[in-house]
Amino acid sequence: MATTAMRHTPAVPQAPTGLWSWVTTTDHKRIGVLYGVTAFFFFLVGGLEALVIRLQLGAPGNTLVSAEFYNQLFTMHGTTMVFLAIMPLSAAFFNFIIPLQIGARDVAFPRLNAFSYWIFLLGGLFMNASFFVGPLFGAGSLSVAPNGGWFGYANLTSAQYSPGPNIDFWVLGLQILGIASLAAGFNFITTIINLRAPGMKLMRMPVFTWMSFVTQFLIITAFPVITIGLVFLMLDRVFGTTFYNVAAGGDVLLWQHLFWLFGHPEVYILILPAMGIVSEVLPTFSRKPLFGYAVVVYSGVLIGVVGWGVWAHHMFSTGLGPIADSVFSASTMLIAVPTGVKIFNWIGTMWGGRLEFRSPMLFAVGFISLFIIGGLSGVMHSSPPADLQQTDTYFVVAHFHYVLFGGAVFGLFAGMYYWWPKVFGHLLREGLGKLHFWLMFVGMNLTFFPMHFSGLLGMPRRIYTYGAELGLDTYNLISTVGAVLTGVALLVFIANVLASRRGAAAGANPWNAATLEWATDSPPPVYNFSVIPTIKDGLPLWRTGGMEPSPLPAVPPEPIHVPGGSIWPLCTAAGIIIVGIGALLHHSLWPSVAVALSGALVTVVSIFKWAFEPFEV
Amino acid sequence: MGRAFLRRCRAVPWAAGLPVIAPLLIGACSGDPYPQSTLHPTADAGSAIDALYRQIFWWAVLVFVVVQTALVVTLIRFRNRPGAGEPRQIHGNTLVEITWTLAPAAIIVAIAVPTIKTIFAVRGDAPADALQVEVVGHQWWWEYRYPALGIVTANELHLPQGRPVALAITSADVIHSFWAPKLHGKRDAMPGRTTRLVFTPDSVGTYLGQCAEFCGESHANMRLRVTVQSPADFDAWVAAQTVPPVAVDSTQALILAGEAAFKRIRDPGNHSCVACHTIAGVSGGVLGPNLTHVGSRTTLASGILANDSAGLARWLRDPLAEKPGSLMPTIALTEDEVAALVAYLQSRN
Amino acid sequence: MSHAAVAHHTSTGLDNRKVAFWTFIGSECLLFGSLIATYLVYQGRSVSGPTTREILNIPLTSVSTFDLLMSSLAMVLALAAVQRGDRVWARVWLATTAALGAVFLGFQVYEFQHFVHEGLGFTTNLFGSTFFTLTGFHGAHVFVGVLWLTTLLIRSFQGKLGPEKSVNVEIAGLYWHFVDVVWIVIFTVVYLIQTTPLPAA
Repeated sequence: MATTAMRHTPAVPQAPTGLWSWVTTTDHKRIGVLYGVTAFFFFLVGGLEALVIRLQLGAPGNTLVSAEFYNQLFTMHGTTMVFLAIMPLSAAFFNFIIPLQIGARDVAFPRLNAFSYWIFLLGGLFMNASFFVGPLFGAGSLSVAPNGGWFGYANLTSAQYSPGPNIDFWVLGLQILGIASLAAGFNFITTIINLRAPGMKLMRMPVFTWMSFVTQFLIITAFPVITIGLVFLMLDRVFGTTFYNVAAGGDVLLWQHLFWLFGHPEVYILILPAMGIVSEVLPTFSRKPLFGYAVVVYSGVLIGVVGWGVWAHHMFSTGLGPIADSVFSASTMLIAVPTGVKIFNWIGTMWGGRLEFRSPMLFAVGFISLFIIGGLSGVMHSSPPADLQQTDTYFVVAHFHYVLFGGAVFGLFAGMYYWWPKVFGHLLREGLGKLHFWLMFVGMNLTFFPMHFSGLLGMPRRIYTYGAELGLDTYNLISTVGAVLTGVALLVFIANVLASRRGAAAGANPWNAATLEWATDSPPPVYNFSVIPTIKDGLPLWRTGGMEPSPLPAVPPEPIHVPGGSIWPLCTAAGIIIVGIGALLHHSLWPSVAVALSGALVTVVSIFKWAFEPFEV
Repeated sequence: MGRAFLRRCRAVPWAAGLPVIAPLLIGACSGDPYPQSTLHPTADAGSAIDALYRQIFWWAVLVFVVVQTALVVTLIRFRNRPGAGEPRQIHGNTLVEITWTLAPAAIIVAIAVPTIKTIFAVRGDAPADALQVEVVGHQWWWEYRYPALGIVTANELHLPQGRPVALAITSADVIHSFWAPKLHGKRDAMPGRTTRLVFTPDSVGTYLGQCAEFCGESHANMRLRVTVQSPADFDAWVAAQTVPPVAVDSTQALILAGEAAFKRIRDPGNHSCVACHTIAGVSGGVLGPNLTHVGSRTTLASGILANDSAGLARWLRDPLAEKPGSLMPTIALTEDEVAALVAYLQSRN
Repeated sequence: MSHAAVAHHTSTGLDNRKVAFWTFIGSECLLFGSLIATYLVYQGRSVSGPTTREILNIPLTSVSTFDLLMSSLAMVLALAAVQRGDRVWARVWLATTAALGAVFLGFQVYEFQHFVHEGLGFTTNLFGSTFFTLTGFHGAHVFVGVLWLTTLLIRSFQGKLGPEKSVNVEIAGLYWHFVDVVWIVIFTVVYLIQTTPLPAA
């Protein structure tokens, strides 16, 4: 045969296209986008619930919604924002950014990653379906949405006092969503421990990855506790066990302890990723490194650890006794110290810098300013006697919205504006970004600052209406106006997303940032890095010799194996949902058993198919 | 110029002004524009809590002003100007870290010490001569029992000025929370457990409160009021509550008809007045409030309606419309029955 | 062109699946910890119905405990056999582990139905609810383990469980030993350390 020169240039893998490639994707970047879109959708749903709540409370004695529907609205607002919006928005960033920041091609278990997403999507739809399926359960209304509060205190949630399917939707929905978080926790812990590029020591990792790392440990330790609390509740409701049955000697406080043992780490799960984002954005737009990198990292770890020791500060009004009150007060005050230290380090980062107030920076600075307020009201809550006046009032509603909206949500928007070009290849528009920021900053303050007053002046939480004699009409009206303004701000963001679609290509590093994700293209190729670099510095793109090779080759010199997709994560998730639906039907024994068993069959078969399909990472 | 001004305004501690001005405004108002306020206590416990809160508040204002100012100064001073060079690449400073760790820690200690003192001060150790009252939360009303005085009443708590009171708080169904902000902080009412609040009211007056733990559909409608009276007036109230109920005179036809209706009414679901309510000498139901002296109360349905003819009539005609989810069912009554019952119940004082 | 070798290199040198599994075990500690803590909090607080002293059979449960401990030994031997490529003994010990696990479950089933017969049901009192939930969760874990071991056994018979697959068996072993340790804690806390008062002589 005539010799033909063999061409040795390997084919460069391309991302597959088409709907099926998204349904079967195991690519962390696609899963990140799916999480982001889905979570943002639920954020809007939660925001709509908030808007209706505020419209109802805009005037005393208002009749916009019934008492029952209002109770469903605030329950679903809280549950949606915590589990379907903020956590998954953080997960969107975990997914897209962490492998890129540590120099990996994907997470440790790509199919498990996909499974986490599908279970989240289906779980969120499962829980929200409750708004529309009342007639199927013989209810007199369309909606049988959960109505026991996002915290579901026993024994209001017992079968005796909540006989409908509302609480069943809540319990089962949360259990399903818990599976998603746990699976992702195992995945990201393994990824961060094991898939770092050569030279990417733990203390060279970007702070976002560090804070996310701590968050994953909080997730895998806290979620089992609420799992058990929810199991007890479901067993009580379905089978008549006695866990929260006072007549049988059970204790309603057992629920509160189990819930808050989970619930307090949960709030750190909500805030630490956003703090990580701020820790990335500030150095980039200050043109100097994070001040006190090690201190910031250790503070985050300390917050995570000490966060396990403060849970009963949610229970100061239950009469724990002066010793327990004092201990939990002390631990809660203690945790203010590393939190404050982080804030000072952020200001120290900007001090002496050259500050560019682009959209990501505006949101990061907004985070700091608003989190200071939320943190200070938190310190007020840490004093049990003072808390006896503040807890269960609008004062604490103000506190946690300052830290969760002013904090977590602003941090997440900072991340969206910052990493948008990396994910989509083009920047979001700066003018609309600034408008979004200002409307949201003003709107947020207008909504929540008056609540400090209405709370201290006597307005409890979770009330569908209030009397005009309390004198709180004006405060409530201002809050309602602020809520509308905040809604407008969100519309501006959506407009920005749509308007910027055909913007100019951003390039690999439009912000001239320091961390590894900016070394590869925007958006990154399916294999992330043409070669896995060796890291020599914590700011690899800012230090000469910070990474090798620099710059990365345009095409991979060696062939790269890109794993294919799989349908089994989605099928396993679907099976679990079917089991959940079966459990919902527990008032009719045989249909319930039949549906649950079919779901179990689908789940088990899918797991086996998953385990034995050929899949190389 | 405009942009710099805007940036300065954005994070300027303007908001610090409000917490400073507002308490002064509130204090300056005459009458009681905020009847459920935590900031104007009328009992020793409430005052101790308020004093502690004000200490913490001022520390918080200090930290707020210092940190927000540092932030704003940083933002203004180091914003990018044309021609600015590359900033010094500082990684940290150990002394600075230590300083800004110890300073907040010191403030925390300054808050912790009075906190722990106040925890023990309001812990609920009742002196031996305290007036004992049992508070029982129900969905969605409050039951009060004075065991030493033999009184069982609902929704309106009467207390004597200047005498310590010990509330023993529990619930008959789900978790509620007893909260009369002007007197004390709140205390949860839990089934199977008894919690305590101890305080001494120092001023005569009527103080509003409401349930502060989400307890179901009509949580918002579970209001309460505490009437603190001079010792003489309180004794008079006790006497009136313990006096046997007024016998119905045969000359008062409407009231007589009302008593008959009260005893007779029963709906197809077997709900009747007598099954749920106690009127001494007439009925013994314990699911609903004791109505023996209901005419002496100022409000109905745990504070959501005035206790006058109109309010009572509205309640009787349709309790579920007034209090969604109410365990008192709406029973179809004729207008004659309503008028008779109103007259009868108003006579029970 | 051939695919690049599957990247087995990890930052710690440990297999990803092992790291993930240890994390999972950490999480399970919290799961069982919550169940055990609840059992302890509610111990002695049942208002009516049978108590621990009246109904728990320590001698019998000691036998089932010994059975589970021996199954862990069999698991260790199974892993060793797989690692040295000894197909016959790998199958023997995997089968033994699974069988001993099934025997343990048999004991549990017997015990549960005996308790029900004696008047202690799932919903009878706090002891019933906490006991059956705790041991039921544990039994479910044993059941999953038996399924897992059976699957490995079948793979072995299919010739697909050579030494290069030993990490799969090692992870199954981790799970099995963990479930065994949890049982030792349950046996100690529930059966051996009982704080309900002894019945009057």
